[in-house]
Amino acid sequence: MRRALAKTLMDLARKDSRLMLLTADLGFMVFEEFAQQFPDRFINVGVAEANLVGLGTGLAMSGYLPFLYSIATFASMRPYEQFRNGPVLHQLPVRMVGVGGGFEYGHAGITHYGLEDLGIARMQPNLTVIAPADAFQTIYALKSTYDLNGPIYYRIGKNDIEIVPTLNGRFRLGRIEILCEGRSLLMLSIGSISIEAWKAAEKLAATGIKATLGIVSSLNPAPVGDLQSLLPNFDLVVTVEEHYIQGGLGSLAAEISAEFGWKGRLLRCGVSRNPGGIAGSEAYMRDLHGLSADRLVYSIRKVLDEAHR
Amino acid sequence: MIDAYSIRKIILEQCKRADVGHIGPALSIADILAVLYDRILFLPKPDHANRDRFILSKGHAALALFAALFLKGFVTKEQLDSYCTDGSLLGVHPEIGLPGVEFSTGSLGQGLSVGAGMALAARMKGERHRIFVLVSDAECNEGALWETVMFAAHHKLSRLVAIVDNDGQQALGKTKDVLDLSPLGDKWKSFGWEVYKADGHNIEDLTDVLKGLNTETGPPKVVVADTICGKGVSFMEGKVAWHYLPMNDEQYSRALRDIEANR
Repeated sequence: MRRALAKTLMDLARKDSRLMLLTADLGFMVFEEFAQQFPDRFINVGVAEANLVGLGTGLAMSGYLPFLYSIATFASMRPYEQFRNGPVLHQLPVRMVGVGGGFEYGHAGITHYGLEDLGIARMQPNLTVIAPADAFQTIYALKSTYDLNGPIYYRIGKNDIEIVPTLNGRFRLGRIEILCEGRSLLMLSIGSISIEAWKAAEKLAATGIKATLGIVSSLNPAPVGDLQSLLPNFDLVVTVEEHYIQGGLGSLAAEISAEFGWKGRLLRCGVSRNPGGIAGSEAYMRDLHGLSADRLVYSIRKVLDEAHR
Repeated sequence: MIDAYSIRKIILEQCKRADVGHIGPALSIADILAVLYDRILFLPKPDHANRDRFILSKGHAALALFAALFLKGFVTKEQLDSYCTDGSLLGVHPEIGLPGVEFSTGSLGQGLSVGAGMALAARMKGERHRIFVLVSDAECNEGALWETVMFAAHHKLSRLVAIVDNDGQQALGKTKDVLDLSPLGDKWKSFGWEVYKADGHNIEDLTDVLKGLNTETGPPKVVVADTICGKGVSFMEGKVAWHYLPMNDEQYSRALRDIEANR
């Protein structure tokens, strides 16, 4: 998704002279071409995320459309207050891009694991929060939202290779994209982990458990209308996110479903404990925290078995 | 005319009417704001495209700014008299939406960064306006401020001017006892800024220094303006308590007499 981001930003910069790209010293082998093509609109501000957001705020006030880039943890948390009091409060078109949510930085460990970025971002009213599921969806999401009014937080994955089958890049702000339909349960997934959700749905289907799988790509605005029409058709909803189970997609589903009185069961699959000092490959970490396709299948079957007992 | 006496009088009147504090930090910048708004800032209208920008980064002195904006004619008497009333835009810190306020401050250490973004934008667009940011000396405790100090020097943002309200005082004590900043000017200089000193209560000195700045070329500029917290009211000067306290009737009368005597 990083290369999709870099390429799309170049396409957009060509047609919109307001677009700027500021990085806090990250983006090796990602932004070289952008920097070469638009030297006046690319700035490496150094390892200084607070100033990154302040600069973006001043630039946006002066008519520019700044994209700010860092790793999801540093982008979302270090300058959180600056983002709240700047672009959010003043409703400025500043775009914060947090790259590599969840366990995508693998062996880099907990400091690089974006496990709460979506939750803290969606807490801010009028901050659009978008997390594409793959490279194609990244392109469409960027193209259809880059010039929205007000600020945006994008969580962009590192993986450009793995594409979620049948999604075909579809993206609608505040909506759910349905990949397959079944009556047994509703699975909702967000971001890079969606590929595992897809694989889990396939494995379940092979054993006769047919899931409807929906991709949620924006938490703000939340897909309230789609959830209201989908949920009554199911007794079990499973949310899948590479994020702490507090605050993200699972919490959103819980809030909305409780508010309109849905009586079913919600299983939130996400990271339920601090990983501590344990690091490993993304695949290893996903499996360890119950987010590999096999572990998802296990958790879902367990809940279904309990229900039928 | 926008003069320091009128700013101080409004500060005292409004603090008394609203029964609130933050009087000391507002009084300490009365002279700086008088010079800026009367003699330095090109500011025909609050939304004039080529206006000089001013950000009060030490937002807790907002009342001094409201007084200057009232004297400038951007804020009405009715708005001014709503200071610290329910539902008013005029609270203890400046908020966006009030004509003349460029950026909502109150959280220290962010104003200079926003100013640097504005200065960068002005240079990219070939615009001639300048950006003035007033920070407090204690605000230089904030690490985020130094991120901007480095950036602005590296990128030679010549139209960016920082003014430090150097009153040597912060919320819980003297800056030299809490977190020693000295030598403050040398710190900015070592980061690559052009450093000037001024007597923050001497109108002519402030005018000379601010008018003499070459904002067309060279590094960003900082004016370290030596001030006294609570300046103009004898019993408030240099007293930490007046960062917070409101005035009783007797103190209010004495304060008015003091600023009248120093007029």
